[in-house]
Amino acid sequence: MIIARGVTKRYGRVVAVRNVSFELPAGQSMAFWGSNGAGKTTMIRCLLGVTRFRGIASIGSNSVKRRGRAARALVGYVPQELAFHDDVRLGSAMALFASLRRVDRASAHGSLDRVGLSGHERKRLRDLSGGMKQRLALAIAMLGDPPVIVLDEPTSNLDAAGRGEVVRTLQQLRQSGKTLVFASHRPDEIITLADTVIVLDKGIVDRVTTPRELWPTEKPVQVVRLYLSTASEAEAAQALREAGHAVHINGQGLCVAVPRDRKAEPIGVLERKSILVRNIEVLDDVRLPEGST
Amino acid sequence: MTMLTMTGPRAATHVPPSHRRAVLTFARREFRDAMSSRWFVLYTVAFTLLAVGVSFLSLSGSGSHGFAGFGRTAAGLLNLVMLVVPLMALTAGAATIAGERERGTLLYLLAQPISRTQLLLGKYAGLSLALVCSLCIGFGLSAGVLAWRAGGVGVGSYMVLVGLTAMLAIAMLSVGVLISVVSRRTSVATGLALFVWLVLVFVSDLGLMASSIVFQLRVQEIFALAAVNPLQCYKMGAIVHLNASLDVLGPVGAYASYTLGPAMPWVLSGSIVAWIVMPLLLALVLFNRRRSI
Repeated sequence: MIIARGVTKRYGRVVAVRNVSFELPAGQSMAFWGSNGAGKTTMIRCLLGVTRFRGIASIGSNSVKRRGRAARALVGYVPQELAFHDDVRLGSAMALFASLRRVDRASAHGSLDRVGLSGHERKRLRDLSGGMKQRLALAIAMLGDPPVIVLDEPTSNLDAAGRGEVVRTLQQLRQSGKTLVFASHRPDEIITLADTVIVLDKGIVDRVTTPRELWPTEKPVQVVRLYLSTASEAEAAQALREAGHAVHINGQGLCVAVPRDRKAEPIGVLERKSILVRNIEVLDDVRLPEGST
Repeated sequence: MTMLTMTGPRAATHVPPSHRRAVLTFARREFRDAMSSRWFVLYTVAFTLLAVGVSFLSLSGSGSHGFAGFGRTAAGLLNLVMLVVPLMALTAGAATIAGERERGTLLYLLAQPISRTQLLLGKYAGLSLALVCSLCIGFGLSAGVLAWRAGGVGVGSYMVLVGLTAMLAIAMLSVGVLISVVSRRTSVATGLALFVWLVLVFVSDLGLMASSIVFQLRVQEIFALAAVNPLQCYKMGAIVHLNASLDVLGPVGAYASYTLGPAMPWVLSGSIVAWIVMPLLLALVLFNRRRSI
């Protein structure tokens, strides 16, 4: 369904993405994982064909360079945060995108209904909560029932409740046979939603793997994010790995997968190494999907 | 939220919108946004009040009636238009793409199955219509004053004045859109638009006078330089259409009348049309080539 070959994107002298290649069959789900600046968002923009890049990218056999409109007609896009005119009413925003997707009013209403937003059409976008905006973005992405949904950190600006709603909707989309491509900072989302993970580091594919290989712990797993000084992150990651924990350095702290009853253990490991933990965040309780490898 | 019941891909529905549909969709949205924009309403009210004020004062101050009164009003409106309309059109155009880029909505719109050309043309068409509507309100009320005080003479000439003003507004909008395409921020685009307005309205007039003295320019050279400026073309075109002689503009006007004869209105209108087409084409090329979001 989605093919990328040698995708390279430069911003002046800076290489944002270098030689990224993958193939994603229809109905599969793939995540881009990496720290801030790793190239996740750039890769998504290249796949959408909204920025110039070297290499080949195609969606449903449509090259995003030569047949960009046809390729994007197969894709519903969910940005990090719905960016749209705040004064616009929800119904008007929906009508605009429905017109671009050649979708009638009833289908647009159905799309709103699926994310629990029907009845809010008269509300202005500025009056919507972050979660509602993101659900609207999902409703817009589902207009016309596109086979591919591309998401750029769709829950990064949401609270736990909002995140849960969005993740549940994405799970349903996945079960309905959609092809999902998303960038995320959150291990719990990747474990819950992805079949394949492309780990990006400074624009280069570090490895193509599975959530299970990234966090090889018994289920159910819980991910703890530790906030340290940047200088001590590498040392802390090394210490935790030596202690048998699966660790990933992310742009937003260290993500450590731990069994539910041993959440404080990483702090103890770091304390013994005299590494100060500034803050700790326990991410949503997640369960590895049945049959994941 | 209700359970998603989506089926697999339905290829028949995943067709991008036709060019006409996409352009019309954006034009409608842009027109609605412009007409509800505070700045646009302010400009419209200011222009309307000034136009009505100029008409009223021109007629009541002199006690002129009939065609003499109309000519005096038209001359007053001409000077008003040359100040206000370019400012209105340039700033409206400058905000269009740069504003979308700054808000982050440009990426979201371009991620839909549309092309950059469709987006730009749609926005341009919507803004053009909004500008023309705004001018019609001002000119319409001013015409009401004219009909009341001067007895409705010179309707044809008045319509030509409105038409020429609409052309000038659309030409300035093209320049504004070009500025918007090359600017990353709205503030920069607006600053550039104001600079262009200053150059066209004040500096070119004074510059023409100064260079004719300093460089001892010949009459034909001065005319050629004036014909490059859309505002000068508008002024000369309006004077010609109002059945007045270009002799009022001195030797340059006399030269133009003598050399171009009946072709004069076409040459002047052609110059304004060139100012509509050329910046718009350049904006389209740059918007497609640079691919910045």
